[in-house]
Amino acid sequence: MKFFFSSGHGACPGCSLPIAVKNVLYALEGKCFVVNPTGCLEIISSQYDRSAWGVPYIHSVFENAAAVAAGIDAALKALGRKDEGHVVVFAGDGATADIGIGCLSGMFDRNHDVLYICLDNEAYQNTGNQQSGLTPPGSNTTTTPAGKILPGKIGRKKDMVAFALAHKIPYVATASVAYPNDIRRKVKRAVEFEGAKYIQILCPCVTGWGINSNETIKVARLAVETALYPIVEYENGELVRVRKIKERKPVEEYLKIQRRFRHLFKHPKGREIIEELQRIADENAKRFGLDE
Amino acid sequence: MKITLGAVSKPYSALKMKTGDWGTHWPKVDEELCTGCGTCEMFCPDMCIEVVKVGEEEVNGKIKEIKKAKVNYDYCKGCGLCAEVCPANAIKMELKDIYKV
Ligand SMILES: Cc1ncc(C[n+]2csc(CCOP(=O)(O)OP(=O)(O)O)c2C)c(N)n1
Ligand code: SF4
Ligand code: SF4
Ligand code: SF4
Ligand SMILES: [Mg+2]
Repeated sequence: MKFFFSSGHGACPGCSLPIAVKNVLYALEGKCFVVNPTGCLEIISSQYDRSAWGVPYIHSVFENAAAVAAGIDAALKALGRKDEGHVVVFAGDGATADIGIGCLSGMFDRNHDVLYICLDNEAYQNTGNQQSGLTPPGSNTTTTPAGKILPGKIGRKKDMVAFALAHKIPYVATASVAYPNDIRRKVKRAVEFEGAKYIQILCPCVTGWGINSNETIKVARLAVETALYPIVEYENGELVRVRKIKERKPVEEYLKIQRRFRHLFKHPKGREIIEELQRIADENAKRFGLDE
Repeated sequence: MKITLGAVSKPYSALKMKTGDWGTHWPKVDEELCTGCGTCEMFCPDMCIEVVKVGEEEVNGKIKEIKKAKVNYDYCKGCGLCAEVCPANAIKMELKDIYKV
């Protein structure tokens, strides 16, 4: 059981959440206490008497994972048991960027020794694809439905990396399930820092994004190769590393294979959104120097 | 009096859920092509493909383990990701017999 996360969980075939989780736990050699707010990961892995976890695990409520983790950190310190493991949160994008953002800000502000991992599947997927602050523009969700007038979500994806950096925490990074070795390295690096750490991992969702079960990794790679999902790493506020892109692909290549974006190719306002997404990708490439 | 707060489950108690009948396809590993690289194992979302030692060989006077990917069909959901990520193209997804008409 080297991954500390077992078979028998209830995720959809091809779901990328377990891929992120198993590689994080592998990197930590299981030496951790996991806090997990409500969301797909919790539902698939922690039904009563059907736990997939091989490490101590607690299901918090939806909004307070960061506060529960802060409490565990304080308790371990008070009991002199810090050496027993790292405190790790696995939280969805909704739990992170919207509903739990107050507790998260408090945890960052007090700089608790916690590794907070946001599993970013770009919407509230467990309840069937409602938009969150991390849903990208143009995405067709049940709360931003593409119709006669609206072309899916209007507005941008919240910049949670900037939010984390604004708290002056020691380590902030993004990753994608397409690159598990990079996830492992970042997790090992993150826990070398004392204080709050934030890693946001792109985790495509089979049902919400409308892709085949064998496509989650391909889509997670395309998000990076189009520069829509820049892979960056900050230590003490300094940008120390980015994942360079050999030949940047046009955003259409990423959009056209997902049902959540397919309307953009027919909708009267679709072109505008595609151009906006391309502008965002170009901006990312320029800002982080992604083009090789 | 002992009070238990919340509900507690045993580690890996999910193993009693055999998910091997969820999918329509099985991955079949071609051992001739498999290099034992472990890529499939790193990606499988259901922890049911593993690289195991199947023998030993002598390379330049040194004993080297021969490793091959093995699927645990009790849990494999047939998602096809292993076949997608395999750099040696050693995995083919095959329709299960019960779905053949
Ligand atoms: C306070 C509260 N509001 C709503 C819900 C219903 N709910 C359960 S999971 C979920 C979606 C979680 O979304 P996210 O955090 O992005 O995780 P995902 O399921 O997408 O991985 C919602 C809305 C809840 N459990 N608690
Ligand atoms: S709905 Fe999406 S995130 Fe949830 S288990 Fe299925 S594929 Fe994974
Ligand atoms: S088909 Fe999917 S579940 Fe089955 S071994 Fe391959 S990656 Fe794992
Ligand atoms: S990815 Fe392919 S070559 Fe590598 S161990 Fe798996 S089946 Fe063998
Ligand atoms: Mg989500």
